[in-house]
Amino acid sequence: MKPERLLLLAGDKAGSPAPKGFSRRGFLRVGAAAGGGLMLGLRLPLAGGEAEAAEASFTPNAFIRIAPDGEVVLTMPYVEMGQGTYTSIPMLIAEELEVKLSQVRLEHAPPNEKLYANPLLGVQATGNSNAMRGAWKPLREAGATARIMLIAAAAKRWSGDAQSCSARDGEVIHEPTGQRLSYGALAADAATMPLPKHVTLKSPKDFKLIGTPAKRLDTPSKVNGTATYGIDARPPGVKFATLAQSPVFGGRVKSLDDAAAKAVNGVRQIVRLDDAVAVVADHMGAAKKGLEALKIEWDEGPHAGLTTQDIAHELERATLGAGAVAQNIGDADKVMASAATKVEAAYELPFLAHATMEPMNCTAHFRQDECEIWIGSQAMARVQTMVAKAAGLPPEKVIIHNHLIGGGFGRRLEADGAVRAVEIAKHVDGPVKVVWTREEDIQHDMYRPYWFDRISAGLDEQGKPVAWRNCFAGSSVMARWLPPGFKVGLDSDTTEGAIDLVYDLSNVRVEYVRVEPPGVPTAFWRSVGPSHNVFVTESFIDELAAAAKQDAVAYRRALLDRSPRAKAVLELAAEKAGWGQALPKGSGRGVALQFVFGSYLAQVAEVEVSKEGAVRVRRVVCAVDCGAVVNPDTVEAQIQSGIIFGATAALYGQITLKNGRVEQGNFDTYQILRLNETPAIEVHVINSPETPGGIGETGTSAIVPAIANAIFAATGKRLRKMPVDASLLKRPT
Amino acid sequence: MAFTIKVNKKTYSVDVDNDTPLLWVLRDVLGMTGTKFGCGMALCGACTVHIDGVPVRSCITSIDSIGASEITTIEAIGTTPAGARIQKAWVDLEVPQCGYCQSGQIMSAAALLAGNPHPTDADIDDAMSGNICRCGTYLRIRAAIKLAAQSNGPRG
Repeated sequence: MKPERLLLLAGDKAGSPAPKGFSRRGFLRVGAAAGGGLMLGLRLPLAGGEAEAAEASFTPNAFIRIAPDGEVVLTMPYVEMGQGTYTSIPMLIAEELEVKLSQVRLEHAPPNEKLYANPLLGVQATGNSNAMRGAWKPLREAGATARIMLIAAAAKRWSGDAQSCSARDGEVIHEPTGQRLSYGALAADAATMPLPKHVTLKSPKDFKLIGTPAKRLDTPSKVNGTATYGIDARPPGVKFATLAQSPVFGGRVKSLDDAAAKAVNGVRQIVRLDDAVAVVADHMGAAKKGLEALKIEWDEGPHAGLTTQDIAHELERATLGAGAVAQNIGDADKVMASAATKVEAAYELPFLAHATMEPMNCTAHFRQDECEIWIGSQAMARVQTMVAKAAGLPPEKVIIHNHLIGGGFGRRLEADGAVRAVEIAKHVDGPVKVVWTREEDIQHDMYRPYWFDRISAGLDEQGKPVAWRNCFAGSSVMARWLPPGFKVGLDSDTTEGAIDLVYDLSNVRVEYVRVEPPGVPTAFWRSVGPSHNVFVTESFIDELAAAAKQDAVAYRRALLDRSPRAKAVLELAAEKAGWGQALPKGSGRGVALQFVFGSYLAQVAEVEVSKEGAVRVRRVVCAVDCGAVVNPDTVEAQIQSGIIFGATAALYGQITLKNGRVEQGNFDTYQILRLNETPAIEVHVINSPETPGGIGETGTSAIVPAIANAIFAATGKRLRKMPVDASLLKRPT
Repeated sequence: MAFTIKVNKKTYSVDVDNDTPLLWVLRDVLGMTGTKFGCGMALCGACTVHIDGVPVRSCITSIDSIGASEITTIEAIGTTPAGARIQKAWVDLEVPQCGYCQSGQIMSAAALLAGNPHPTDADIDDAMSGNICRCGTYLRIRAAIKLAAQSNGPRG
C-alpha cells in the first residue's frame, strides 16, 4: 500500500486550508494508519535541501504511528552513525506528545518496504550536521498535533470538553473525574478528529525531556556484540569477497594470472572487472589469501605519474587568477592599497581519508529481475539510484537493507562501494559480501579535497583589519554529489566558514576557483567546507593579531561587537582555559572561533612541543552555543569526538600521491590519535533558547587552527600547511 | 584441514587452512559477528578476543596456534565478572558512538580489569592504546574503566 492511500489526508480535503502555525504549506498529513491507529506523515529536510525545494508536491519522508496497543513508532530518514540521532530525535516527539522516551520506537526508513513502498524521494541523506536542525520544529509540531487530536478524541468519548483534559505519559486524563484513556485506545478515534487550527509549542522552560541527558537507545546492543552493521549482514548462502582495484586512479587490468589464487583452499571464483579483480571465497580469510596470490598487471592509464606536488602547484597557480566571487563587501582592493600594514599568507591542506573503523563493504544479491543490497549508508536513496544504474534495473527493483554505520564522517554518503559490490555480484550466483581490506579502503577512498588558499589583509594604524581578501582553490564535492547545488562557480559547502565571518569586517572579497584534481575522487569529510576554511581564517586572524602585536583573544573580541553569541563563547572558552596564565617553556595556548553549522564555538588548545618538534595536545577547552540543547550528554560526546577527529588530522592526517598511487595503506602509515595521546577536553555549553545548531562536526573544524595557533604561541613558528611537520619545530641544540 | 576449537565454552569443528586467521573463522565460518575487522594487521584492536583470558588480535592469530585453549568473544564476555562490570560501565557512561570498535575496546578493558582490579592511568594507557576509536570515545573509555574498577571495591 502506498503512503498516500494509508494516509487519509484530513488536511487535503477539498477546500480545507493548510493548518495555521505550520511553517510550510502542507507539511503534515494525518489520518488512520493501516491496521488501525493514528498516522502522521511529515517531511523533514535532508542534506542537500536545495534540490528538494524544487519539488512541487509534498511527499512525507517521516512517519509517526500510534498503534492500538499504544506504541509510538517513528520512521525517519536520518541514520545513526554514532551521533546519537536515534535518541535525540525521538525526544522531540516524546516531549510534545507527552509520552515517555521509552514508549517511542524508532525504525529505519524504509523499515518495511511493503508498508512504506518507497517514500524516499529527493535526496535522502544524513550529513552536514542537519538532522537536529531540520527536525527541531516539524517533529515537535507533529507531536503536539497528535496530542491535541488524542485529547479531542478522549473529550468526545467523555462528552466533555478538551480544556478539562490533559495528557501525560501516553494517557489522556479527564481532570474533573480522574478518568484515563490510553493513547492506544484513542488512536483510531483521534485519526478522525479535525486537524487543530493552532498548535502552540511548549516554552523551553516547560521541557521535561529536551535538555536532559537521555540514555541512548542504541548503547546496549553496542556493548555485547549484537549491534548489526553492514559488514555483519549474512543472508543465507552468502559468499565472501575482497578485491584489488587499480592502484593508480583510472588504471585498468592489463593481464591477470589467477591460477595460484584459484588453488587456494576455499576460493570459489575470481571476478575480473575492467579496473578491479575480486576473489570470491567461503570466508574472508580465503579471499584475502587468494587476493595475495593474484598476479595482476595494470595498465596505469593517464595518471601514472601523478604526485601531490603536481596537484598543489596547479591549485597554487589557480589562486593567482580570478575566481567566482563568494562574498564581496565594500572595496577590499582599494582599502588594502592604502592600509598601514599589509599581511599576506598562503595556506595548504592535504587530501584526507575517512578511515571509518568499519571498512567499506556491501553485500549484494543480483538476480535477473531485481537486486538486493545489505549496507550501512548515510544516503540510501543515492545507493538505490546508483545500484539500479549499475544493475541495469529500475530503482524500484533495488531492495536495500540499511544497517548501523561503523563510522560515516561523509564516506557513507557515497555509493561507490555498493556499485562495486553489484559489479561483482553480477558474476556470482547467490549473495556475495564484498569487504575491502583496510589498504583498499585507504587507497580507494574519496578524499577530503586538497586546498590552497591565498589570503591577505590590510590593517590600520591600530592594527585593526580594514580589508580582507581570500582566494582559494580546490575541488567542489557538491558539484559532483548534488550538481544543482553548484551554481555560478560556487556552492554553499565549499564556502562555509570562508564567508560571513563572525568578525566585523567592512571590506571583504572572497573568491573560489574550482579545480578538480586529475583522477582523484573527492568527497565530503567530517566538517566539510569548514574543515578547510576555518583553519585558514582562524590561523590568519591569529597572524593579524601577531602582526598587530596584540593578544589573540583580545584582538578577536574587539571585532565581535555585532556578534554577541560569538563573543560570549570566546570569552567563556578563554576564561575556562586560563587564557593569559603562564605555561612552561615549549608550551602554548591557541584559540579558534567559528560560526558554522548554525552553532557558535570557541576552543582553546594547549600544546607542548618537544625539543625534537613533537607536538602533544594536552588540553582543549571548548565553549559552544548550539542553541537549545536536546541531549546534553550527546553534545559533550560529539564535541569530544569532533576534537579528537580534528586533532588526528592536524597531527597526522595526510594522503599523498606518488606515481599516481596513494602512499598510505593502513593505520601504521595513516595514523589515528590513540587513547594515550588524547588531551583532556572540557566542554562548556551556553544555555540558549535559539533553534538548535549542528554539533557533530563543529569540534573538528575549530581544533585544527586552535592547535596551529597554540604551536605558534609555544614556538613562534607559524604552520600554514597541515599536518604538523615536526622537522619545522625542532629547536636548535 | 579440520580443527576443533572452543569458543565461549562450546566446541566447534571447522575445516579451513591452518594459517586462516581466527577472526574469519569466528565471523564468517561460525557467524559470530560481534568481533570486528578493522585492519588485518593488529594495528587497531577491533578484532580483540581472549585466549585463555589473554587479549589477542584475532586478525593475526592463525587457527593452528590455538589448540585446546579457551576462546572468549564479545558475545560471552558478559559472563565474566570483569566483562560484566566493563559492559555496565560502558552503558552507564554512554561510551559508544558508532560502536564499531567497542567490541574490541571492551575485550581489552575486560582483560585489563580481570588482571588488575585498580588500574592507574598509565596502566590504562598501556592496555588500551592498541585499540583505535575513530569516533574518539577515549575519554569516556578511560572514565568507564575507572568506574568499573570502583565497583571492584576499595583499593587494597
